[in-house]
Amino acid sequence: MMDRARLVTLQIIVAIVAIALWHLLTTVPVGEKPLLPPFFFSTPYDVAERIIKWFSTGTIWRHLWITLVESVLAFVVGSVGGVLVGFWFARQPLIAAVFDPYVKMANALPRIVLAPIFTLWFGLGIASKVALGVTLVFFIVFFNVYQGVKEVSPTVLANARMLGMSEQQLMRHVYWPSALSWMFSSLHTSVGFAVVGAVVGEYLGSAAGLGYLILQAEGTFDIAGVFAGMFVLAAFVLVIDYLVTLVERRLLVWRPVTAETRT
Amino acid sequence: MAQGEGMTKGRTRMGAAAITFSNASIAFRLADGGSYPAVDPTSLSIADGEFVAVVGPTGCGKSTLLNIAAGLFPPSSGAVSIYETPLAGLNRLAGYLFQAEALFPWKTALENVAIGLDVMGVPQAQAHDRAQAWLTRVGLGAFGGRYPHMLSGGQRKRIGLAQVLIRDPKILLMDEPFGPLDAQTRQIMGNLLLDLWSTDRKAVMFVTHDLEEAIALSDRVVIMSAGPSARIIGDWRVGLARPRDISEVKLDPAFHALHREIWQTLKTEVLKGYEQSGGG
Repeated sequence: MMDRARLVTLQIIVAIVAIALWHLLTTVPVGEKPLLPPFFFSTPYDVAERIIKWFSTGTIWRHLWITLVESVLAFVVGSVGGVLVGFWFARQPLIAAVFDPYVKMANALPRIVLAPIFTLWFGLGIASKVALGVTLVFFIVFFNVYQGVKEVSPTVLANARMLGMSEQQLMRHVYWPSALSWMFSSLHTSVGFAVVGAVVGEYLGSAAGLGYLILQAEGTFDIAGVFAGMFVLAAFVLVIDYLVTLVERRLLVWRPVTAETRT
Repeated sequence: MAQGEGMTKGRTRMGAAAITFSNASIAFRLADGGSYPAVDPTSLSIADGEFVAVVGPTGCGKSTLLNIAAGLFPPSSGAVSIYETPLAGLNRLAGYLFQAEALFPWKTALENVAIGLDVMGVPQAQAHDRAQAWLTRVGLGAFGGRYPHMLSGGQRKRIGLAQVLIRDPKILLMDEPFGPLDAQTRQIMGNLLLDLWSTDRKAVMFVTHDLEEAIALSDRVVIMSAGPSARIIGDWRVGLARPRDISEVKLDPAFHALHREIWQTLKTEVLKGYEQSGGG
């Protein structure tokens, strides 16, 4: 195991090298002009300038806030739905069997084709982005909870019965914690998809948000704006992912570290 | 004498049968529609306060017999009675110590022990007090806040023992509970079990493939033949004095004599079991 300081140093070196390469290729002329035309690739300097301008004038905050609200709503609604339906299906095998092909069908559908319909149904505002995020989050949580309830160790279950648990107590002490632990272990994925839903939704038609910002820049061939939007989005996702890690550590204290599942 | 005399406990009388198998047989249905006769019709009676070890080669259906006594599933034919009442559904008078990991991984050691009282409706503060006392009895008083994965295999078995015994079951069913542990830990756990058992002498049905462990712990050793169609092929009384210390009792000449005698019977069955499972 490498010590942390050295690891971070190496990670920073990778970033510096990448940015330096980008800078050299777009600004230093080889023969007559640079290898990468700045019109299509922008330059690190322009992008940095744009990001600083967004933050110093404060225009970015509104877009970040909108995207954050959409992501959080999509995550909460999708998770609650996924937990409830996952639990219900796992405890009612007949229902699960009947709906199985439809669940697979809905999950196999590329969610992006739903975006125009959601825009028609819910308008250009937040709701249509939330709906798109929900369709992504729901299935991840649903499958994990379903699995979590189904895959309770038979020994633990038999033990619970022998310890005198009623059906209701089994729910509370065995199925529920097991399902939640599976849901939490997919937290990174589901939160990530909530953000994807929000941004893709914005990109396909909206009036605010990070996706909107990128689309606007693209529409005016403002490549610096596109790259700046991408970097802000990446930073936004990193911060959220870090918060999820903190939450996860708190919620899954009982789990051995090796059991962490990430998809 | 191996058994304590004249002990009275609750509603039950010493000498009354705690568990009675009457011609109980087990057959598993196979995927191809056939049926696998795991255990032939078997009759066995375990008295109240008696510690009975059931020994047999791997795969002889001894654990299945235990599961029937627990009421986890019914016998294919025949019947099981618990204190002379036919068993239907789960055996509410029994506590079961499993071979595999059976603790709730999302609960702390203390919560795991307290859960049996919790589901009975004992107030939480009281349940936790009693669970703490049990943790201390099994030597883990300082480990109540740990989750199962933070404990060693032996510690988890201790928690399991406390989890079962806190409910004060009349009957204790044990399925190779110390199987996964190393030799030293097994001995320590055996002594702990005997120590806890001696305070109120529950009826115990202890399934194991380890003959030494069986003799050292029990009042009676029942030998089963290799499956399929396993059956009881021997029933020995263990006359070693109690209280016993597992490591000392194994030095007793009487222990060796009994071990040799039983092993003669068991050996052929073990070899048969090996042949049937392809030497593995």
